[in-house]
Amino acid sequence: MSGPNTDFDPVEVAALKPEEVEAARDAALAAIAGAADLDALKKVRIEHTGDRSPLALANREIGALPPAARKEAGQRVGQARGAVQQALAARQAELQAEHEQRMLAEETVDVTLPTDRLPTGARHPVTTGSELIADIFVAMGWEVAEGPVLEAEWLNFDALNLGPDHPARTMQDTFWTDPAEDHLVLRTHTSPVQARTMLAQQPPIYVVCPGRVFRTDEYDATHSPVFHQVEGLAVDKGISMAHLKGTLDHFAASMFGEGINTRFRPSYFPFTEPSAEVDLVCFVCRGVDPDDCRTCRGEGWIEWGGCGVVNPRVLRACGIDPDTYSGFAFGMGIDRTLMFRHGIEDLRALFEGDVRFTAAFGAEL
Amino acid sequence: MKAPVSWIREYVDLPADITTEQLAARLTALGLKLEAIEKPGEQIRGPLVVGRVLTMDAEPQKNGKTINWCTVDVGEANGTGEPQGIVCGAHNFEPGDLVVVILPGGVLPGDFEISARKTYGHVSAGMICSSRELGIGEDHDGIIVLPAGAGEPGQDARPVLGLDQEVIEFEINPDRAYALSLRGVAREAALAYAAAYADPAQRDVPAADGAGHPVEVDDPDGCPVFVARVVSGIDPAAATPDWMAQRLTLCGMRPISLAVDVTNYVMLELGRPIHGYDADKLQGAIRVRRAREGERLTTLDGADRALSTEDLVVTDDSGIIGLGGVMGGETTEVSEGTTRVLVEAAHWDAVSMFRTGKRHRLTSEAGKRNERGVDPTICEAAADRVVELLVAHGGGTAEPGVTVVGTPPALPAIALDATLPGRISGIDIDTATVVADLAAVGCAVDDGSGTLAVVPPPWRPDLTDPYDLVEEVVRVVGYDRVPSVLPREAAGRGLTREQRLRRRIGRTLAGAGCVEVISFPFVGEATFDLLGLPADDPRRSTVRLSNPISSEEPSYTTTLLPGLLKAASRNLGRGTPGVGLFETGTVAFPSGRGPAPIYGVDWRPTEAELAKLFEALPVQPLHLAVVLAGERERAGWWGEGRTAGWADAIGLVRRLGEELGVEVEVGSSSLMPWHPGRCAVVRVGGEELGHAGELHPQVCAAFGLPARSAAVEIDLDRLMAHAVDVIPGPEFSTFPVAKEDVALVVPDEVTTAEVEAALREGAGEHLESIRLFDVYTGDQVEAGHRSLAFALRFRAADRTLTEQETGAARDAAVALAAERCGAVQR
Ligand SMILES: [Zn+2]
Repeated sequence: MSGPNTDFDPVEVAALKPEEVEAARDAALAAIAGAADLDALKKVRIEHTGDRSPLALANREIGALPPAARKEAGQRVGQARGAVQQALAARQAELQAEHEQRMLAEETVDVTLPTDRLPTGARHPVTTGSELIADIFVAMGWEVAEGPVLEAEWLNFDALNLGPDHPARTMQDTFWTDPAEDHLVLRTHTSPVQARTMLAQQPPIYVVCPGRVFRTDEYDATHSPVFHQVEGLAVDKGISMAHLKGTLDHFAASMFGEGINTRFRPSYFPFTEPSAEVDLVCFVCRGVDPDDCRTCRGEGWIEWGGCGVVNPRVLRACGIDPDTYSGFAFGMGIDRTLMFRHGIEDLRALFEGDVRFTAAFGAEL
Repeated sequence: MKAPVSWIREYVDLPADITTEQLAARLTALGLKLEAIEKPGEQIRGPLVVGRVLTMDAEPQKNGKTINWCTVDVGEANGTGEPQGIVCGAHNFEPGDLVVVILPGGVLPGDFEISARKTYGHVSAGMICSSRELGIGEDHDGIIVLPAGAGEPGQDARPVLGLDQEVIEFEINPDRAYALSLRGVAREAALAYAAAYADPAQRDVPAADGAGHPVEVDDPDGCPVFVARVVSGIDPAAATPDWMAQRLTLCGMRPISLAVDVTNYVMLELGRPIHGYDADKLQGAIRVRRAREGERLTTLDGADRALSTEDLVVTDDSGIIGLGGVMGGETTEVSEGTTRVLVEAAHWDAVSMFRTGKRHRLTSEAGKRNERGVDPTICEAAADRVVELLVAHGGGTAEPGVTVVGTPPALPAIALDATLPGRISGIDIDTATVVADLAAVGCAVDDGSGTLAVVPPPWRPDLTDPYDLVEEVVRVVGYDRVPSVLPREAAGRGLTREQRLRRRIGRTLAGAGCVEVISFPFVGEATFDLLGLPADDPRRSTVRLSNPISSEEPSYTTTLLPGLLKAASRNLGRGTPGVGLFETGTVAFPSGRGPAPIYGVDWRPTEAELAKLFEALPVQPLHLAVVLAGERERAGWWGEGRTAGWADAIGLVRRLGEELGVEVEVGSSSLMPWHPGRCAVVRVGGEELGHAGELHPQVCAAFGLPARSAAVEIDLDRLMAHAVDVIPGPEFSTFPVAKEDVALVVPDEVTTAEVEAALREGAGEHLESIRLFDVYTGDQVEAGHRSLAFALRFRAADRTLTEQETGAARDAAVALAAERCGAVQR
């Protein structure tokens, strides 16, 4: 034991008594643990770690100790302060997390509330359907050709081997402009676009022509004076009916699904020879047990359109040498195709403009 | 064309076990398209028998009707042999008549079961039938009274009525006119089954003897063959035999009188239209010529017709007595008292027939055949067949004279490369098959070295080109044998720019909540009146149709708005609270450069000729129109809803501009059907695209739309022409932005666009963007003025701008706005 330290500063250093330091630390830790929220913790921080807090005062007094005692006292106070700081940080994080959680809980909304402030639009199924068809052909390297709806009589009829005295001309119930001597019609098919294409370029030609056409039909559930057609034309060396069949089979499968192919029946169109009507395997019953099928009415097949080998007379009128080239052409109703693809009962729904009808097709690709 | 199967079988030795459905399918595969199969007796079950009325007692009823209580001999059909007691409401018969009776246990069409039932105080054990009840006619005159001798009481009535028959109805294409006869249909059936065929036109006919009725043909091109025969002593009361009446009925023709029925029957049998004249009314020689200017004829249908010099007419000394091949005249018509008939079987030029039929709007069974082409070699056979039937059933005598003028034109041979059918069909077809199949359809084939000389049969005037022969070969080989092969890959360039732009425009509008509509493009003056268009508005100058659907809407439209406005009104009327509708479509304006020329088809028109043709077409720009009506944004828990207005319409156009990379300029304008103070003209690069804004209140009212409804109509072709092609990669500065706000007071008549343009120009090169963020009118601003607050952002490419620089730029901008627009900074 050493004797009394006579060199010792007479200043009272009670705050550095170990029990005092411990008491201050314990008081601080208790206050920290007891701080209920971030505000309370802030007060605790000032009270127990602020300039006037016991531990801060103790720390300041270390300098007054004799050098030999400083180390021990410094260690003691430092540990106490460290423990308090640590506890403060931990409690701060804890309270912060609690606070955030409470805030988030308070901000809870009913996410099932409606969000339909803005209206939903849609394109017309004839538009999206025409685009689907165009895309199928574009994927085969074809191009999409278009032309005017008010068309020259020569292009709508004569150039397509429908001369003025052709009996088939009466089959087409044509809208003529007034006066009829102007030789203008509302095109009865998109075939004049084929003629325009051939007049404008030499083969190889692979074009598909979707568009609006007109006939003086009654307006009912299956007929309309305004409707839509897609026609295709291929003119190249060595084109045959086999290529026509191949193209239509591919078209049918792309539009209606794998395994839906076509069949030909002999028919008559002035612009094609040989001509065929093309039927599609019913894509609902697939021709299996069709008796109860509403789509094909028990036939197993659906009438889809007309087609054939381009009549050499048409090639000649359009400036293409029929001895070098041959071609095929086909045409089908877009509206009709959509009607059976989507089970639309009444054609008029396409032209009425009821948003409830069209909006239903908003998701069409 | 309706063909009873039993009639087909008369000429073809078809397998006994084939069904009507099978036969129809095989014929369809050959090109005679099945339209329908009729089995008139299919829905009648149980005992349907011939009965003889024994007694009938008329019994007046309290309800004012009189019924007949009848006893009918039905032989042993009722199991007892006793007369059957039946109540009948009809009165068109008497005791002794043969009638058709359905006995209890039988079922009539519509699942109508017959049982003995108590009615009018009697037990009626069965029913005496009318055509309607049997489902074979719409005869309202009463029950069927069978001709005497039609059958024995108790015998099955089905064969008597033709109810055991099955009929195939075909849709005959214009190139197969020969199939508008049983002769032709049977020939195809023989081809389908490789069965023996007996040509009904093959008959021995008496030779022309120069002793017949005199006939002179002045126009042998129009009428190459004219055969005349006369039958005299016909009993005008002679009835058409049942079998003939039945066949006519099955073929859809109504029996009329023996003379008429026989000509119709022979037309159905052989395809050759026949005309009968009352020979006693003929005056002198028959002559065939073209009509002369100003001549007229009253045809059998009672119409008085002015004739064209292209019409072929038949004359006698009295003048014109018929339109050759199309319709006879009234003066020589076969009537109820006719006893002497001149039978005309003539071949007429198909084109003349077509033109005359079209000119006089005459369609008939005869005309249909004559204009499509009939076998010219069977005139004598057809006339002879008519004579035979009139003699056999009319009690007449064939007069000895036979007149035949002219000779049937021959069809030219077609040179056919024997490999063509194989190359065109894609099927492997050898020369032997080509030759055999052409022979099978009736052609005479001369097999040269690789090239065949093919002479079509006389009933196939449609066969003129090698490709026509290809179709014949391929249909016989079988269309089902065409393989499925994709053509070589084409080198396409994808969709055009316009096609891609149109898709984008549609998607943009749909994305903005608009629904696409397709409406009929027809309008009339009344529509333009509803739109309030002034009398001299260019949109009133239309391309008119000569045969519109409705005389109220005779024109192709010049604006897409009417269709959209009607559709909007329809939707609101059906309870939709608000709609945005759009349509893209062609409108048309007269080019004034018609008429469009008609060129030949033997070679391509020259470029100059084509240019002339294209020029003659109406101008047909592609338009886009939008109509916004009613609720545009919904009310909800978020707050109030919003009604569509002018800003939505103009906003859509700006949005489209952004989507296409086009700077849309908006200026104030005034044009119906828009509100004069709320109409914007839309331009791109100074070129007018169209208009957008709020609709005139009168137009809203006229179309039944809510006030403030808004609309857009622009020329899409013009907009797309300005669409950006290749977008240059943008350069942008990373130096800090400097913001300056300015509030400018301007007179009301100065537009935001004008102020903005002045600010933009005045602000100089460092202006990055400018945006109007507030408009104020009220106490703080002088009346007739408003305060426009703009946010300006400045940035330099190479440095941070100083406050002095941005301040100076702002001041310059304000100064120019002051100078140009009278703007005063607040
Ligand atoms: Zn089916």
